[in-house]
Amino acid sequence: MNTQFKIDLDLIPTTFDAIHAYLAATVFGLALTIIILLFVLLISAMRKAKKPEQKATDNKEQAISTSIPKREPEVKIVEKIVEVEKIVEVEKIIQQPAPEPIVLKEATPDAALQLLNLLQTEARFIDFIKEDVNAYSDQDIGAAARVVHTGCNKALNEHFTLTTVRTEQEGSKITLNKGFNASEVRLTGNIVGEAPFTGTLVHKGWQVTDIKLPKLTQGHNANIIAAAEVEL
Amino acid sequence: MKGLFNTGQSTQDNPSTDSEAETITDFNTASEDGTDSTEMPEPIEQNSAPVPESAGTHVSIGIDLGTTHCVLSYVDISDLDADERVHQVLQIPQLTAPGTIEDKAQLPSFLYQAHEAEINEGDTALPWTPKPDYLVGEIARNLGSKTPIRLVSSAKSWLCHAGVDCKSPILPPEAPEEVTRVSPYQASVAYLQHLCNAWNQQHPNTPIAEQEITITVPASFDPAARELTAEAARSIGLQNATLLEEPQAALYSWIEKSHGDWRNHATVGDIILVIDVGGGTTDLSLIAVTEEAGNLSLTRIAVGDHILLGGDNMDLALAYTLKAKLEKDSKRLEPWQVQALTHACRDAKEKILSDNDADNIPIVVPNRGSSLIGGTLRTELTRDEVNSVLLQGFLPEISSDEHPVSRARSGLRTTGLPYAQDAGITRHLAAFLTRQLNAVDDLNGVSLPENASFIHPTAVLFNGGVLKATRFSDRLMGVLNSWLRTEQAPEARLLTGIDLDLAVARGAAYYGFVRKGKGVRIKGGTAASYYVGIESAMPAVPGMPPESEALCIAPFGMEEGTETDLLEEEFGLVVGEPVRFRFFGSKTRREDTVGTRLDYWTDEELEELDEIEVTLPEENRKAGEVVPVYLCASVTEVGTLELQAVSSKDDNHWKIEFDVRAGDE
Repeated sequence: MNTQFKIDLDLIPTTFDAIHAYLAATVFGLALTIIILLFVLLISAMRKAKKPEQKATDNKEQAISTSIPKREPEVKIVEKIVEVEKIVEVEKIIQQPAPEPIVLKEATPDAALQLLNLLQTEARFIDFIKEDVNAYSDQDIGAAARVVHTGCNKALNEHFTLTTVRTEQEGSKITLNKGFNASEVRLTGNIVGEAPFTGTLVHKGWQVTDIKLPKLTQGHNANIIAAAEVEL
Repeated sequence: MKGLFNTGQSTQDNPSTDSEAETITDFNTASEDGTDSTEMPEPIEQNSAPVPESAGTHVSIGIDLGTTHCVLSYVDISDLDADERVHQVLQIPQLTAPGTIEDKAQLPSFLYQAHEAEINEGDTALPWTPKPDYLVGEIARNLGSKTPIRLVSSAKSWLCHAGVDCKSPILPPEAPEEVTRVSPYQASVAYLQHLCNAWNQQHPNTPIAEQEITITVPASFDPAARELTAEAARSIGLQNATLLEEPQAALYSWIEKSHGDWRNHATVGDIILVIDVGGGTTDLSLIAVTEEAGNLSLTRIAVGDHILLGGDNMDLALAYTLKAKLEKDSKRLEPWQVQALTHACRDAKEKILSDNDADNIPIVVPNRGSSLIGGTLRTELTRDEVNSVLLQGFLPEISSDEHPVSRARSGLRTTGLPYAQDAGITRHLAAFLTRQLNAVDDLNGVSLPENASFIHPTAVLFNGGVLKATRFSDRLMGVLNSWLRTEQAPEARLLTGIDLDLAVARGAAYYGFVRKGKGVRIKGGTAASYYVGIESAMPAVPGMPPESEALCIAPFGMEEGTETDLLEEEFGLVVGEPVRFRFFGSKTRREDTVGTRLDYWTDEELEELDEIEVTLPEENRKAGEVVPVYLCASVTEVGTLELQAVSSKDDNHWKIEFDVRAGDE
């Protein structure tokens, strides 16, 4: 047919048609990507060359620091405390050695829910507290209180071993020597001078020496403190 | 042997078990040093958890398979000469509610057949299995208290119930059709299985099947019930479990607790009466102290009937008293309120019986709905009511010749359990002591005055949670001593020091040590003599059933591991056909020897048990052929009675089965 393609390299187009414009754009774009790629390659090659050096130093550091507890968190927490205490008093911070890291114990909700469950099952605790006591006479409340008291007592005895902190009679004079445990004995009133302190035992205190909570199976929903009951 | 967990009691136990656990630690490490020094001591996960024994430790385990609860006690016996022996009680993990597992010293002997919609998938998981076959323990009791139609209880009493097939699914007896029933035997297996799993999980180095195991049974258990218990143990791999009578176990516990001092509290000629009042049963035994080669020795000389009467009956009696009182004030009680009343009465009973100052105990039954204050039912249990209902009703002050109105095991063809018809425990006691008047005739060193009308105990050992109440034990001692005084006999003294709830299990664990040849062993053998019924060779009288004779095949007091001589009597057994014999036991005929024929006996003397059955296999013989055999009896090392038919022509033996398939045919 007539439509035979001839390639004539001497021919220079006199007008810029659409195809040529596209061609030029493509060439420009490709050139750009090649340049970017080359740059990326160059930078990564430089980094790789640096890294082994760093690793080597890192390893050294680790080898040394394994015997020492991790430094990083300590540093962070110290910073925090500084921030807090700055507002109060600046001088003291400088004098104090780095305080122990404060780790707040997170109470698991499961144990709390279990306790509620025990108190409800044995003592109808939630029922009692959630009821409007104003509507009833003292006699009625007293009768219900027996149920709660007996049940709570049973639940406590079964799952906790309770002892008093101090064995002395309440109201008697006791002496606390230097170095007594301030979390076991709380001083109140006229706290002046140095230990030994002598005072009246107001409350003998309670402490749990053993705790025996039920274990839960996987997937057991502890949020249900008392299941609804339907009699068939 | 108590109906309910006593909370105060279990907490009291905790510190002691803890300290015991500490002592055993020392004990263990000491033995480790000697035997296996390479083994590292295992880490302790919890403060209360005992340290697992090192491999190679030998433990004696005592299992109290009770009517209302089970206890497992254990003691290390790898070093038999160790000075100190520390008894511990296994903390048994068990479901208490769906999804909740608690460790408790006692496993309630209840089984619950839950509906599939009742409990979520996965909520019945135990530490050793994601889904147990049966719900047993606390959860069964808790769920069953609100849905009694699905609750299996008192399986043990059914084992000893003549006239039912203990291997057919009959429990719960009053359940609707669709509830899957289990057999009393299967229920016992389930409790044992739970205990074994609990042990193996906590003591991985000392699997239970390799230890010395003792299972206690009531002294009044007949041979068939003993065999069923032994079979239940065998079925879960406890091949070497030995049986021990509960009152004996209680006495062993007393001996063990006294640390050798018991010899100062018992003298030759003593007759010790063991009274065991549990949650559901009352068990009586007499043990005599004699001298043998300069040493004190103990012989169990008599056991009482199986009396289905215990602490649960008392709680029920009190609840019905209060119910009547409330109904007088025109308050109608629903069944659940009566049940709650029973629970409340149990606690109140213990308080009023042990506390001399408490005169009135308020009893409150709360409403079931969430409103607690509004619908509460309030009443009072007074000391007078406790006195009249419990002390007069269960422990009446009677003379020693007053006996129960009717015998405990009279109706053999009832659908329920044969509960004792007379609630007077003292009357049962009087009858027992009178029946056993001749129990010490053959013993040297023990004698009774000429005029005695009943056997005179010189010492009393109590067991069972009910007798923890001081007023109860005082009353029982008072009544017994009043009988003794009327016969000018010295008053009996009370042996104390045992833990009334755990003594049986502890004593059973101690028995494993005794079986190794250490300590004192209570002798006694079988507590009854056994007879087969044969038709007498009299000419038939029209209109009269053929006269029956009883032929003694096992005498009283056969020791474990002994065998009787062959009977002279020859029986013709038909090959291929089951041949059945009537079977009798006597707890009083001590003088009968093998071959003694009785043509007359009173109901007092001989008690008819379930029939026994033998089937000769057809191998080498023609069906219908008659083979002449002799009968003989032996007592196995386990403690069960075995009857055999021995061919008189060759050496063939066939086992005679206790017929558990008898029943309402």
